[in-house]
Amino acid sequence: MSSLLKNMIRFILFILLQVYVLDMVPPLHQFVVPYLYFLFILWLPFNINRLLLLVIAFIFGFTLDAFKGTYGLHAAPCLLIAYLRPFLLNLLIPQETTEQSYIEPSIRSMGWAPYSLYIVLLTFIHHFYLMLIELLQFGNFLHFLAKVAISTAVSILLIFITEMLFFRKGKYRTNAA
Amino acid sequence: MGFLIGEFEQSISLVKNIFLFIRRFFVFICFIILQIVCIVLLSNSSKTHQSFFAAAANEVTGKIDARYAGIRDYFNLKKINRQLADENARLHNMLLANYQTSDTTRKIMIDTLVKDSLNRFRKFTFLPAHVVGNTVSSQTNYLQLERGSNQGVKKGMSVIAPQGAVGVVVEVSDNFCKVMSLLHRNSRVSSIIKKNNSSGDVEWDGSDPRYLLMRKVSKSAQVNVGDTVLTSTYSSNFPPYIQVGTVTEAKLDPATSFYLLKVKTSVDFFSLQYVYIVENARYEEQTTLANKKDTKNSE
Repeated sequence: MSSLLKNMIRFILFILLQVYVLDMVPPLHQFVVPYLYFLFILWLPFNINRLLLLVIAFIFGFTLDAFKGTYGLHAAPCLLIAYLRPFLLNLLIPQETTEQSYIEPSIRSMGWAPYSLYIVLLTFIHHFYLMLIELLQFGNFLHFLAKVAISTAVSILLIFITEMLFFRKGKYRTNAA
Repeated sequence: MGFLIGEFEQSISLVKNIFLFIRRFFVFICFIILQIVCIVLLSNSSKTHQSFFAAAANEVTGKIDARYAGIRDYFNLKKINRQLADENARLHNMLLANYQTSDTTRKIMIDTLVKDSLNRFRKFTFLPAHVVGNTVSSQTNYLQLERGSNQGVKKGMSVIAPQGAVGVVVEVSDNFCKVMSLLHRNSRVSSIIKKNNSSGDVEWDGSDPRYLLMRKVSKSAQVNVGDTVLTSTYSSNFPPYIQVGTVTEAKLDPATSFYLLKVKTSVDFFSLQYVYIVENARYEEQTTLANKKDTKNSE
């Protein structure tokens, strides 16, 4: 399956999962908001153009916003993590070996520790920014801090469950692809 | 001449530098521009509830939501049946509240209003609607209903469920409408305590979707835990005496002379499926009069 087709299917699946499964979960607690949709952006290929990455992230976040009726609320944090992603990947992976031979970030292609750090950092940044925007609209600072911390923990848990359930084979890049 | 050429070269290099700068930080500039677009959209949409593409997007997401709701509905059929039966029983008692008694001193015939044989005219009409989208987890919660301007829905109409008040219509497309639920940071419903008719405002603080806050109830009113909160007759969108919830905690606000009441919603916002959109036949007249400036004082 080509990378483009695969990512288009992922786009639709992640949006549907977020809107019709995770948002429908009755809140266990007022702080817990399960977010998983942004994993789409973290899973995009290594060699994608930075500008294209921004545009894809914007469209992706905006699609979710259209379902939720909050225009811009999810698009803004998606843009932020899409912008920071290349810098973080450059820091975390050895240039010559991995980026040349694997298509997209995964445990197999980056190794356990760097991949975990990549997920945790971007998840935290995403949640922090998302809830900061919410805070600016109607502030309650302690509520904000607790919500960021707990939601980040829940999201990270969800991401690692997803990684275990859908084990992605670390595909090598070939000339044909 | 040499001076002029020097100037020309200088300005060329300046333009070149600007272009180099733009090319170097092109991605960053795009990032900033898109961020600004997001923030502007966000601040606009939460203030006015209308953005230029909102109606179109509403139509598309509404269709997908309707498909999903079709599947989800099967799981709650039993509960919905019971709610409807309960409501039918209760409606027999409520019929009188939907009518206003006529003014007998002067007669004005209004053709558009339905009158009954006692000359009372109909003020509120109810339109059943299917809930196709609903959130409870964010700070700004909306519902999406499968009724739109083609079916006569307008902005400002109120929405009630069999058990009580739900929200107000804020956005209408051809076949769908978006409802600001009571669980929204900007929602405010004028309400009364059933026992002694003392009025106040019901709002939401954004923390727990099961509880609302009622403010501006005078300290002189006796309020106990368990008292019923109803919509008041002051509201221009909600019909009077629709249940909002019951008081679960009554605190005296030390800073002001008002109570701060915690109100448990009577509607279960987690499993809404069928609601009524309520049209007030005199909504426009009522709101324009309320918003009119006092001409005598302004001169």
